[in-house]
Amino acid sequence: MEKLQDTLKETWHFYRKTLTLVARGSTAYYAWCLLLLAFIAIGLFYYLRQHDVGLFATNMNDQVSWGLYIANFTYLVGAAAAAVLLVIPAYIYHFKPIKEIVILGELFAASSVIMAILFVMVDLGRLDRFWHMLPVIGKMNFPQSLLAWDVLALNGYLILNLLIPIYLLVRFYYHKEPNWKFILPFILASIPWAVAIHTVTAFLYNGLPARPFWNASILAPRFLASAFCSGPAIIIIIFQIIRKVSAIKLEDDALFKIAELIAYAMFLNLFLLGSEIYKEYYSHTVHIAAFKYLFEGLHGHNFLVPWIWAAMAMNVMAFFIFLVPHTRKRLTTLNLGCLLVIMGVWIEKGPGFVIPGFVPDPLGEIYEYLPNLLELMVSFGIWALGLLIFTLLMKVAIPIVTGEFTHTEYEREIIGLKRY
Amino acid sequence: MTEEDKRSLIVKLERRYQEKYGRKFQISMKEAPQEALWGYGLELSRCIGCRRCVYACVRENNQSRYKRQLHWIRVLRLKRGNLINLENSEHYYDPDLVPETGFVYLPVQCQQCEDPPCVKVCPVHATWKEPDGIVVVDYNWCIGCRYCIAACPYKGRLFNWGEPNIPPEELNTSVHYLGNRPRMKCAVEKCTFCIQRVRSGRYPACVEACPTGARKFGNLLDPKSEIRYIIENKRVFRLKEDLNTEPKFYYFFEA
Repeated sequence: MEKLQDTLKETWHFYRKTLTLVARGSTAYYAWCLLLLAFIAIGLFYYLRQHDVGLFATNMNDQVSWGLYIANFTYLVGAAAAAVLLVIPAYIYHFKPIKEIVILGELFAASSVIMAILFVMVDLGRLDRFWHMLPVIGKMNFPQSLLAWDVLALNGYLILNLLIPIYLLVRFYYHKEPNWKFILPFILASIPWAVAIHTVTAFLYNGLPARPFWNASILAPRFLASAFCSGPAIIIIIFQIIRKVSAIKLEDDALFKIAELIAYAMFLNLFLLGSEIYKEYYSHTVHIAAFKYLFEGLHGHNFLVPWIWAAMAMNVMAFFIFLVPHTRKRLTTLNLGCLLVIMGVWIEKGPGFVIPGFVPDPLGEIYEYLPNLLELMVSFGIWALGLLIFTLLMKVAIPIVTGEFTHTEYEREIIGLKRY
Repeated sequence: MTEEDKRSLIVKLERRYQEKYGRKFQISMKEAPQEALWGYGLELSRCIGCRRCVYACVRENNQSRYKRQLHWIRVLRLKRGNLINLENSEHYYDPDLVPETGFVYLPVQCQQCEDPPCVKVCPVHATWKEPDGIVVVDYNWCIGCRYCIAACPYKGRLFNWGEPNIPPEELNTSVHYLGNRPRMKCAVEKCTFCIQRVRSGRYPACVEACPTGARKFGNLLDPKSEIRYIIENKRVFRLKEDLNTEPKFYYFFEA
């Protein structure tokens, strides 16, 4: 009886403390959360309009049937996969500076997967029927449809990236050494799983002979290479913010190590892209049309041309910034490089990848797609929701990692220590 | 589905359509006939590009009329000297008179592939190939992900981006569950070779509408059918044969 009471009291303590942690913060924290909430509200407002009239409210049509939503989805799957670049050095090579932050990286991956899934949900014409896709209760076309694979891969990855950090945080909370025999298999599984989510997403496009632009065997490796650039770049920026606004200690070495990995990944990314461009331009078959649309414009249609060249310039500049140790190891240039990678890869792997798949369409029609205000606002809303989820997770996780937020027993100790 | 289930489904749908459109519908759920595999023939040398097939199809199959008018058939105009590279095609030609000199016309609709990529990619089994070879959609099960549209090499699948608009008096009330019954917003639809007609021994509407007799239809399993005669005696080809989708839609020229 007493034990139960203790447990209840402890649970209450945990929840109360969690709420306090989330509810209290600096003015900057409140402003940040309010800003995100405002974007979420606007996004929701626009989404409800879309839900009401149908996808008619977007600029998509029978020619370009996927647009900004699916572009964001593709990019975010990549960002999520990137957590593996922290997991490998942390748990396999026990690189200490990264080991300290790996939990935060995993929570970042979880937030990204949530955003990716939301982008698919808003793109569905019939959200009311989305359960048709689920195993058991729906009628999943597995293993034939790659979209069914993606549902399993993404949700599995989400579960892994919530289970691992939450388990470790709970153990930290109780000041207990994690049971590695239990959690290590999950950590190991998350490594190939990260590769899998991006491979499956690449295969989703790759397996369509109707779309020559996507029907290239180099696609999955290209996806992985670009993902290992943009995801870690976002993580470097986020970690510096966390270091500024919280008590967590984060060594520069960890950031520089991640930056070095970006340099390798970016080299691969540019190399693979170069290989593809060579093949298309030298062989010069009819399948070059989509490449031409992207890089130089086709029959006078050239919406994407400035974007892709901007992306190319950003990626090449970032590559050199990360390659040269001097620029890599200076925070100002490092951050510049990160921003260039984040934007460059977003253009390349988002709109620059999805839209040319539809232009020209299988019957040779050229329709130039640009997202409209509604699509932009819904997208901003989802990004804001993902950032809010991540912010709140950090607000609770960081005090546990630093030992400020802990079981009552130890809390007394800490208070005691402070007194004497 | 048992006979009982089917009957109750029909009653439910008929009531729903009555409420929505104020019209009495006859909904058929007629199964595929034994020993039938439908095939289509289109004689390119006869097509004059008049688009009568397009509009006959729209009326027969209850396609949305405005605020995204939907066409299951698309007629491409190509400069003479072109055929395979469709990038040279014009979809929205609008002359006073057809045929125009110097051009050929290539009507394209669902090619009813024997190995349909759209069926393969659908994540929820909302689309499948019937025993008589027609690829159909369950409009009430489709989730609107549009993966099939991305997968189709012929643009054979279309999407109701908004609520379909059809004046009630223009509705065709003689419908098939898997075919031309009125659809809803944000689900995929496509040509079914007029399943409501062909399973009752009639020609598809486009075949009947063609003023030059360019369109032919028949049972591929029947050695005496017109379509078999065409395949055996004319010079036929199928669109994008290199993709191995095995269309049952044969284009041909007078031999």
